[in-house]
Amino acid sequence: MREELKIDNDQATKEMLESEEYKYGFTTDVDQEIFPKGLNEDIVRKISAKKNEPKWLLDFRLNAYKRWLRMEDPDWAKLKIDKIDYNEMSYFASPKKAPDSLDDIDPEILETYDKLGIPLEEQKMLEGVAVDAVFDSVSLVTTFKDKLAELGIIFCSFSEAVKDHEALVKKYLGKVIPANDNYFAALNAAVFTDGSFVYVPKGVRCPMELSTYFRINAENTGQFERTLIIADEGSYVSYLEGCTAPKRSESQLHAACVELLAHDDATIKYSTIQNWYPGDKNGKGGIYNFVTKRGNCVGKNSRISWTQVETGSAITWKYPSCILTGDNSVGEFYSVALTNNWQQADTGTKMIHLGKNTKSTIVSKGISAGQGQNTYRGLVKVGENAKDARNYTQCDSILIGDKCGAHTFPYIEIKNPSAQLEHEATTSKVGEDQIFYCQQRGMNEEDALSLIVNGFCKEVFKELPFEFAVEAERLLSVSLEGSVG
Amino acid sequence: MLEIIDLHANIEDKEILKGLTLKINKGEVHSIMGPNGSGKSTLASILAGKEDYEITKGDILFNGESIMEMAPEERAQEGIFLAFQYPIEIPGVTNSYFLREALNSIRKSKGDKPLKPVEFVKIAKEKIKDLKMDESLLNRSLNEGFSGGEKKRNEILQMSILNPCMSILDETDSGLDIDALQIVANGVNANRGDDKSFLVITHYQRLLNYIVPDFVHVLVGGKIVKSGDKSLALELESKGYSWLEN
Repeated sequence: MREELKIDNDQATKEMLESEEYKYGFTTDVDQEIFPKGLNEDIVRKISAKKNEPKWLLDFRLNAYKRWLRMEDPDWAKLKIDKIDYNEMSYFASPKKAPDSLDDIDPEILETYDKLGIPLEEQKMLEGVAVDAVFDSVSLVTTFKDKLAELGIIFCSFSEAVKDHEALVKKYLGKVIPANDNYFAALNAAVFTDGSFVYVPKGVRCPMELSTYFRINAENTGQFERTLIIADEGSYVSYLEGCTAPKRSESQLHAACVELLAHDDATIKYSTIQNWYPGDKNGKGGIYNFVTKRGNCVGKNSRISWTQVETGSAITWKYPSCILTGDNSVGEFYSVALTNNWQQADTGTKMIHLGKNTKSTIVSKGISAGQGQNTYRGLVKVGENAKDARNYTQCDSILIGDKCGAHTFPYIEIKNPSAQLEHEATTSKVGEDQIFYCQQRGMNEEDALSLIVNGFCKEVFKELPFEFAVEAERLLSVSLEGSVG
Repeated sequence: MLEIIDLHANIEDKEILKGLTLKINKGEVHSIMGPNGSGKSTLASILAGKEDYEITKGDILFNGESIMEMAPEERAQEGIFLAFQYPIEIPGVTNSYFLREALNSIRKSKGDKPLKPVEFVKIAKEKIKDLKMDESLLNRSLNEGFSGGEKKRNEILQMSILNPCMSILDETDSGLDIDALQIVANGVNANRGDDKSFLVITHYQRLLNYIVPDFVHVLVGGKIVKSGDKSLALELESKGYSWLEN
């Protein structure tokens, strides 16, 4: 059966390979409420008021905003970023009609999600995947909520969680990523608008994939979502996020925060397929994807696993990390980052070993084509008390053409002599011999390239839930188009 | 089927082929033998459409049409297959997936519907059985970690599955022990037929004990200097190439 599935997977990929460039670049014409451009204390208060937030949450925001004002944007990444004018964008955009149920959602928006391949009507949905759909600043709908609730699983938008599960949100918000953690995290803490909230109770294995689908639609608007996932003792959850945005000539900012917390014996698997608009062939437009993602394995024997496929965005700045606090906890990071045309990515992870016997695995696959610049940056830190910590890092880069670049910056800080670390790194060019071999068997050059690159990423793709592995392979092929010849 | 006419080819200004002429009819098995550096592998690469060579003169006709301007994949789709002397590794891509992609590319060029995975696996398993190879070959990463013999056998499996009408075997026998040699030869013999032709490039006569050619040609210094039947191979075995070189 497994074998059969795998083969069907391959077939599906093939069928989906019908080529086109960024096909999610359309805009939805919908009546919107948009805040005036600019960022100040008043705007922060307005966002909070709009959502009827409790005072402690407003204070959290204001505190973050004040800290942010005193911070400098980071310049250590190997990225060329045009100065961002934070007063030239709006911080809240929402369809005017707030939907009470699926029937209330603007048909234009429903159609948007259909076009994106994410039908929101439950009967049409992929079996076994529950979706939270975030459109600009608000969450529209969360599917399969009732079914999950029977098991005590909370899966809802962040705004709803604040209303209905305030104690949980208050207990955990900002505990993994403090409001003043870094420039973009502070900005997010001040102005975040929505996102997803997940709580899986003790001993419950979440029976379906939970997923959030982020869509930026409005112009000159930043998207700042916040996701918080808590896995209580002995629970398991697999969560996925997907992202797209319309084609625009102006760059747009997406600064999200994702916090994960795993208690004793709990496992969280978090997968991302990031396909924000990458900008055009000349590097105009595209999303600035500046994201802080961190998980804390607070419990013993807990596990947090990040898998990311980053093919979109003009600039990606992102380091999904694990703090391995509990003894015997495990952190994993599997990444594919592709930069084509003028895209830039500086991405990697941090594995912070604090507990005894903690283990981490890092597998990073960077693909550079066109003029793309791809950087892996990773930190492995072993604290004084982290006896017998182990890390394995594998960092592979592949270059297509001679105008792109691949860079690797591994950092290691060890304070306990019992630590064992392994690091492997390779850089290769897609061989002409490999392409010729495929051509001799009847494939054209583009199909050959996509086959070779997909093979290169296999170790990461196999970590993705089934439907998403297919999507990832297809995305990679589309993103590579035009990079040969 | 295949007609090579007065072919001259250079690599980096060095002339490798100096007027090679050869005609292979439907259903015939031809063998080319020759010393190192005589241009055997160059000929194989040029027929497959590798771009590293500059063709200065001559033509190659396949089924009566010149293929000089055709891309490698178009030649493959027309039915030209090259069993590589050094098969290439593609990590992370299973043999099965690679072959199905290849077969479906060829089918697509002919307007045939692509094979579904289950349909493909059925065909592949039959071929594997015929060739007395191990089924596990299908699920392994393409040529990665294969022994020399396994790589060569895999080339024959690919040939069997893609079912070309003109197969070129570039020193497929080199580095094979006698058992592997037999498997490879059986593979070729099983694929022989009235509408299928073979060009077997080899250093050694011993392969020709198993794949009995209709014609043997001796390539020396970029030209065919002598042609004959299978007895020529035996003569070469005893006398070497030097008696033909001047």
